Amino acid sequence: MAFAQIIGTTRYVFPDLKTLLARATPFRSGDALAGVAAESAEERIAAQRALADLPLIHFLSESVIPYEVDEVTRLIQDSHDKLAFSPIRSLTIGGLRDWLLSDAADSVALAALTPGLTPEMVAAVSKIMRAADLISVAAKCVNITRFRNSIGLAGRLSIRLQPNHPTDDPRGIAAATLDGLLLGAGDAVIGVNPATDNVEAVLRILDMLERLRLAYDIPTQSCVLAHVTTTMRAMDLGAPVDLVFQSIGGTEGVNRSFGVDLALLQEAHEQALSLKRGSLGQNVMYFETGQGSALSADAHHGVDQQTLEARAYAVARRFSPLLVNSVVGFIGPEYLFDGKQILRAGLEDHFCGKLLGLPMGVDVCYTNHAEADQDDMDALLTCLATAGVTYVMGVPGADDVMLAYQSTSFHDGLYARAALGKRPAPEFEAWMARMGIGSSSDAIPARLSPALIGLG
Amino acid sequence: MTTPSKWRDLRRFTDARIALGRAGNALPTAAHLDFQEAHARARDAVWSSLDVARLEAEVAPLGLPVERVTSQAEERRRFLLRPDLGRRLAENTALPQAPGSVALVVADGLCASGVQQQAPALLSVLVPALGKAGFTPGPIIIAQQARVALGDDVAEAVQAAAVVMLIGERPGLSATDSMGLYITWAAKRGSNDAMRNCISNIRPGGLTADFAAAKALWLLVEARKLGATGVALKDEMPSHYRLE
Repeated sequence: MAFAQIIGTTRYVFPDLKTLLARATPFRSGDALAGVAAESAEERIAAQRALADLPLIHFLSESVIPYEVDEVTRLIQDSHDKLAFSPIRSLTIGGLRDWLLSDAADSVALAALTPGLTPEMVAAVSKIMRAADLISVAAKCVNITRFRNSIGLAGRLSIRLQPNHPTDDPRGIAAATLDGLLLGAGDAVIGVNPATDNVEAVLRILDMLERLRLAYDIPTQSCVLAHVTTTMRAMDLGAPVDLVFQSIGGTEGVNRSFGVDLALLQEAHEQALSLKRGSLGQNVMYFETGQGSALSADAHHGVDQQTLEARAYAVARRFSPLLVNSVVGFIGPEYLFDGKQILRAGLEDHFCGKLLGLPMGVDVCYTNHAEADQDDMDALLTCLATAGVTYVMGVPGADDVMLAYQSTSFHDGLYARAALGKRPAPEFEAWMARMGIGSSSDAIPARLSPALIGLG
Repeated sequence: MTTPSKWRDLRRFTDARIALGRAGNALPTAAHLDFQEAHARARDAVWSSLDVARLEAEVAPLGLPVERVTSQAEERRRFLLRPDLGRRLAENTALPQAPGSVALVVADGLCASGVQQQAPALLSVLVPALGKAGFTPGPIIIAQQARVALGDDVAEAVQAAAVVMLIGERPGLSATDSMGLYITWAAKRGSNDAMRNCISNIRPGGLTADFAAAKALWLLVEARKLGATGVALKDEMPSHYRLE
């Protein structure tokens, strides 16, 4: 179906929904690279006006990628909950924006609405929202998940402790982990990106993290962010796997480029559930996403990168994950050029994930060839913390020495909690108090003696 | 009573930025400025450009023809925004033909200063070794605003049997002088990364130029037998392998 909008004396025509969505997207380099961005500011506002007038029910009849060729589209359509959708059935995208911002849309109403929303509806409304709108609505969404602690409670901000090491040296990883624990990080997960996706190496790190967690009796979970098939092999071998990680995207093609499909994720999910390792809950999956991945894999179908990112969240929510985060600034300047584009994308991703019911975190990050710096990250972190982000990363000194990019530091986590009055997950907070964590003294509390984790 | 462990003693286990101390919830000034300095160096490295005349002078003793080319990305910002243009030779680029040779490309990539520092030393070892192993070293092509796949266009233009691409790697905070080396057998436009072998992290503190040259030669010898590089060619270079 074609859409038209008159601005002044020009009539803008958009041949289909995916073109309308792409032209309505605030500018970013990846959409220009894909050749789908609006060619002028006026074309963009024309698309935004046409989108605002579009009834939500239209999204149930037109897909951005055909049902027949894409299993993510099939998942989205087949799992749409018409009963949950009924309260907003008569609204347009513009009407949805107004309703989301209204007092009627409280935490309870938003949670009830979640299964009735499709990723494309959520992406569409985000395109006509300002940063403040994205923050205000996300802050009302409360999505709680549990494994060994409770993540996403109101007033809480969790941190993924990311103690990566360039050669996966167990003592190097352990030292960085202890550094993070001493600075209050680790309640979301202690999650290591392995330098090689090799089963033996992954087993070594899993065993080391398990021994460390037990030695300090930490109410948290660990994860080695290997490919899902590597983690499945590790589970076959009896390894202590808490969470199964995988990078995912919003089309069948990009997922294939990651070496996964829905059936494989389902198999991994069931295998992890069968281990029954969670003490408080059984959210056992951890997913990472990021705008631009589908274009990078040449699997974007002419759809803008932000809409595809929202579709990745449909894949994520199918598996009730403990944690999901966009790695917003990692992909590079050809997709998100500068601090302004990274800021906007980070807030969009967080908003869309939260509205779709996910425990949404963000890797507030950048590479050295992007036009961004620490000030840009401080701005995004502060906005996200205001928006109630579920968790952010904690990397020693903000410098990931394995992945060669900059993320948020343990110190940044302390800053965000203090500035916004947020606290760690309650079980972790109580553990920190028991262990004597919080002092800035150079002496390590006896209960966290490095000798207990092999750092004699 | 034992002496409490010192936080700063953890530093001996990793080069990560741990035990930095605190100024309130922030970094102490010295640690903050250390980070800013590392980022400043990385930023300058990304935006650095090749000193082509100096490179030409440094590789002249090898006695090979040297050519200058540019990609279709005419300047740095465009290069960063349009990776597709960085993979294509500029229109109307004329290169001398050297059928069956191993073309040698020195490209700025994401860090001109890295390749500027590492490439001459590597070529001074690799070029004589190629000759001894029965290869014909091709022209040396100095390429600006270039991505890895630009080597495919070069290989087609000179009718090379293979292309060796020396290219500056994206700077991190701890390394701003790193070079990568990519080998593609029978390279042509449209060759993809699964058809290449890569040696990464060539720099002081990483892989030495001598080691990287030896590995490149070993891979080329194996590629000649297989007629292919990439996933079909596993790096099984014996640890005792050395160039003569």
